[in-house]
Formats: sequence, structure tokens, C-alpha cells
Amino acid sequence: MTRTSPAAEFDSESIERLDQIIASHLHREGPLLPILHDIQAEWGMVPDDAQPIIAKALNLTRAEVYGVVSFYHDFRDHPTGTHVLRLCRAESCISMGADDLADQVCRALGIGWHETTPDGRLTLEPVFCLGLCACGPSAEFDGKLVGRANLAKVTRFVQEARA
Amino acid sequence: MKIYVPIDAAARALGSDEVADALRVELQKQGVEAQIVRNGTRGMIWLEPLVEVDLDGTRHGFGPFEPEDAPALVQAIMARDMAAHPRAIGVVEDHDWMKGQQRLTFARVGVIDPVSVADYEAHGGLAGLRAAIAAGPEKIIEEVMESGLRGRGGAGFPTAIKWKTVAGAEGAQKYIICNADEGDSGSFADRMLMEGDPLCLIEGMAIAGIAVGATQGYVYIRSEYPDAICAMNDAIADARRQGVLGQSMLGSQYAYDMEVRVGAGAYVCGEETSLLNSLEGKRGVVRAKPPIPALVGFLGRPTVVNNVLSLGAVPWIMEHGGAAYGALGIGRSKGTIPIQIAGNVKYGGLYEAAFGMKLGDIVNGIGGGTLSGRPVKAVQVGGPLGAYVPVSNFDVPFGYEELGAKDALLGHAGITVFDDTADCVKLARFAMEFCAVESCGKCTPCRIGSTRAVETIDRIAQGDSEAIETLKDLCNTMKWGSLCALGGFAPFPVMSLLTHFEDEFTGPGAARREAAE
Repeated sequence: MTRTSPAAEFDSESIERLDQIIASHLHREGPLLPILHDIQAEWGMVPDDAQPIIAKALNLTRAEVYGVVSFYHDFRDHPTGTHVLRLCRAESCISMGADDLADQVCRALGIGWHETTPDGRLTLEPVFCLGLCACGPSAEFDGKLVGRANLAKVTRFVQEARA
Repeated sequence: MKIYVPIDAAARALGSDEVADALRVELQKQGVEAQIVRNGTRGMIWLEPLVEVDLDGTRHGFGPFEPEDAPALVQAIMARDMAAHPRAIGVVEDHDWMKGQQRLTFARVGVIDPVSVADYEAHGGLAGLRAAIAAGPEKIIEEVMESGLRGRGGAGFPTAIKWKTVAGAEGAQKYIICNADEGDSGSFADRMLMEGDPLCLIEGMAIAGIAVGATQGYVYIRSEYPDAICAMNDAIADARRQGVLGQSMLGSQYAYDMEVRVGAGAYVCGEETSLLNSLEGKRGVVRAKPPIPALVGFLGRPTVVNNVLSLGAVPWIMEHGGAAYGALGIGRSKGTIPIQIAGNVKYGGLYEAAFGMKLGDIVNGIGGGTLSGRPVKAVQVGGPLGAYVPVSNFDVPFGYEELGAKDALLGHAGITVFDDTADCVKLARFAMEFCAVESCGKCTPCRIGSTRAVETIDRIAQGDSEAIETLKDLCNTMKWGSLCALGGFAPFPVMSLLTHFEDEFTGPGAARREAAE
């Protein structure tokens, strides 16, 4: 999921793959978001070097593409750690102790929101609602949903991933 | 023999995949022939994973089910003694939670195999589309008008009037766009419908297409719902294969096709004009109205933008008639509303009922009060932009105008329950912090106001009670000066907390916090 490739090494193979992605969406009405989603799925982020290529293909300015990439929380300009832990911070989860859980997790991992552990293995992200509001607090670890989350459950996932 | 194990995201979050695996292993081990069907959820989330065994046409429930419960279930099946299992809850349809409901939109959710067009049809699916094809555009709009259906996304605008506007608009290409950017905490009905009965939404959108003369549709789903995205994509592909979607829907003269579009984590894209910009591949910035999207919408063309639940109600209305739907409910709130009971609540989940239930009956009766066992302090109705309603207002009937009369709003009909440990100042701060993070930046009251409000609430928390007037003033500016509901409604939770729990902002509560620091 998070194949990382620093922007500086955006080589001809990458450009070829990028062209494929763009071509597969060009027929759509409003192709930019689908293109960006596919790019992020491929590289784990939207590399800076991809932006002028997208802009040219869609007849947009680089500023317009940058504006879109930077507007949406999902799109990132740097890779995450190998694993991503997301904790819901919205009201339903707050009512079930999400704030305390977040404090415990941050302390246990030694990192804050949007930060990655020094070994590069785990990134912690907030999320505002996973739609699991009747079984909160909720979390998501590498796409796996966790209802009725607590420190023990979350730690188990993290440890399994690090093992 | 069929065994149902929900594939709904909430059930999976509580371990239903592991349960399905354990059952598969155990069935093989004990040599029992049975098919495992991954259905949607019945909505009784506290019982998830809820396994159901279909024995001679009656479905017996077991939950909350753990993988370790699998051997005993297979034994119970072999003995044909359902009550023998320690997790048995009896016949699912006879459960009090199910019996009290009027499931129109959610009739099939949790019942059918969501990926089977045949199962969908066997449970009444496509009857609405067939009726719509026979009726034609004008009659469809008449039926929806008679049903009294209003926007279930929160704005409450009459669906038929929107459709009529688009139907009457000039344009070679029109669109049906479904707003499935369900970002409100406490809401999960859209997700549940898309995962449990995706064809119902497709059918509703197809009927809307016929009504207004639109041949293309998009369902804009938030990226936080990967399971719903997957379910909708699969269902659309199936619907095309079966001739439900395409150049000639069910062999009729009507053409309609649709595709899924995925959001990118911006809450504001649940606002319809922001959603349109996002679909077009732009920043999800709000557009000023007029022009209204019905006339100048997606790519500048006439566009219907409806919520999942509005469109999901349409197949039933077309099958049974607008009058039957409109006969339910109270005042100007007609039909049923899928109520989502969430947060700190004993029996949380989705409960579809006619409008008009008292809020207190929903929270304390259906929901059983808090999960923590402590007294209920307040509930937030309608997501992060909805007001907190204190227990003293629990006699308010659940309806658009009825909640409005209490300075609250229905929103997307999600209810988040808080017990008496809830910190009102913190919740007020969260509302404004959320608005500041999610503001699209187009208008000043929302962009700047929310940040200033966070700072002001921090001052109040530090004991500066003079800042309360400043906060009220800011709320007023945001309420009346913002372009869209994000800035315009973010003051609702804050003002409701200030009104009903004022002493926490000024009184001993604030002093306690001061002392603690």
C-alpha cells in the first residue's frame, strides 16, 4: 500500500506508469480526483514531480493541480510510515472516551498526530468519523476497522504489525 | 441451509470476518453442508456480529458472536435446537427492536445478499423502477410530491420540487448526483444502505433519472467508506450486466448509467455545491447560490443532488404510492426516518420509524440509556453542526419543524448520546475546531470566525467569563454571514451548550477547571 518513492527519483518508469493512470481516466467527466487517488494508491503519496505532468494532460495550470492536492486531507506530499493507525476523533467516539484513548495511544507510541515513529514503521492520523458511531471509539489499522477500540486492542494490532 | 454473517463495516469492526472464517472451518470439520451469506446489518449494532441461521425459512439470531461460539452453533444446527446456543436471541424478526420499526427504505438491509440482483428482486426490488417506467416522468414527480418526501441530508427541501425544476430546465445533458459524503458523526445510515442494499440506491437514482430526463449519475462516496465504495461498484457492475442500468433500462425506452466517485477527506464536500466542484476535479470550495444546482450544477448543467436516504426512499414510494408514504409521519415531516442512535448508548444502531417519536423515547426507550450506565446529560442531534439537546427537552417529537422549534435540527437523523461526564466547554471547542479544520476558506465568517471562536472558548475555559459575549457575537456573525451550512450551523452546537449548560462556562465548572490548572 505504501510503496514509497522520493519525488527526486521520479524516473522514466514512473512517468510511464503515471501516463497510464492519466490515460485510464481521461474519458471521465472531472478526471482529476480519480487520477490523484490512483497515484496515491501507487506511490503512497502524490509526488511533486507528477503534478506538472497531470496539469499538462488535463490542460490545467500547475497551480490548479497543486491547489486541489493541497485542499484535500487525503492527498499527501510525503509518504507515511509502513503502517498507518487512524483514530476517530469525532463526537460519537468522544462520548465513548476517544480523547482518553488518543492520549494513551500517543503516550504508548511516543508520537503525536500526523507523526511517524522514529523507526518509520507507524504513522498516527486522526480521522473524523468512520461511520462506526454505535460501536465507538473506533480505529482503523492499515484499512482494518476496529470497533469498541481500547489501548489493548490497538496495541495488539500495532505489535503484530511490528513483529 | 443458509447462515448469514454480516459484512457491514460495523460488524466487521467487531469481528464478523473472523466469525465467518471460524464458521467455515467448523462446518467443514463437523461435515455440515451450509452456505455462508455475507449480508448487511440488521442495525442492532450492540448484537454484532449477529449470526443468523435460516432454519425452514425462519431466521434465528445469535449475537454478539465470537469465533469461539462456532462449534456450539454447528452442533445446535445439527440438533435443530436453536435455543440451545448460549448466544441465541430467538427469531430475529420477533426481536423487540425489529418489531417496533417500520422499515421501508431499510426493508431489505440485513435480510438479503447485497450482491445478488436475484435476491434483490425476490424481496421486492425493481418493483419501483418498473412502476416508474410505466408511469413516466410527470407521474413519478406527482407521486414523489404526494409522498411529501424531503431532503434527508438535513436541509429538508421537498425532493419533488427539486426534481420538477431539473425536469423543466433546458439542457441536453442532465445529471443525478447522490450525496453519499456522510461525514456527520453519529450518522451511518447511508453507509448501511450502500453496504446492505446497494441496488436500492441504484434503483432510486434510476427513477430520478427518468423523472428529470437525466441519463448519467454519480454517487459521491467519502473515502472513509471503502466497504461502501466496493459494494456500490460491484452492484453497479451487476446492474449493468442484468440490464437494470444501460441504454435501455429493463428493456424500456429509458437510458441511465452511473458511476462511483470517491471523495478525499474533506467534510465540506457534503455541502452540495462544494461536492459539485469536487466532482469536477476542483478544490471543494462552496459556490454562491443562486444559481441553484438544479439549473447550473455539475459542469454547469441541470443537476439533481440528493442524499442517499432521499433517493433510497423513492423505490418504495413508486411501488406503494406517494399517498401511502405521506400517510406516515407528523406535520410536514412525512414518511419514515432512519434514526441512528450512537455514542454512549446501550442499544445503538439504526431504527427506521415514522416521524414523530419523542426524542426521549428514542434515547431512553429504544436506546436503553447510556452504555456507561450513568445518567444521560444531552444528545447531539444531526451531526457536528447539530444542537445539543438537554434531557429537559426530550419531549420534542422527531421531525424537521419540531426540532427546529427547539433551536435544534434534524440533520441526517443521527443522535449521539453523552452521559453526565461530558465536558460541555470541550465539546463547544471541538465544534469550532472542527469547523476551522474543515472550512473551505471561501467566506470570512467561517474561515476566520471558527478560529477566533476556538481562541475565545479557550479564554472562557481559563475563567474569562467576559469572553462569553464575544463568543455569542461570533456565533451570530457566523450564523448569518456564512455562505453554507458549515459556517452557518457550526454555532448551533456551541450556542445550545451555552444556553443549556451555561454554568459550565461561567460557574463552578469553570472554576474547577481553573483550580485544576
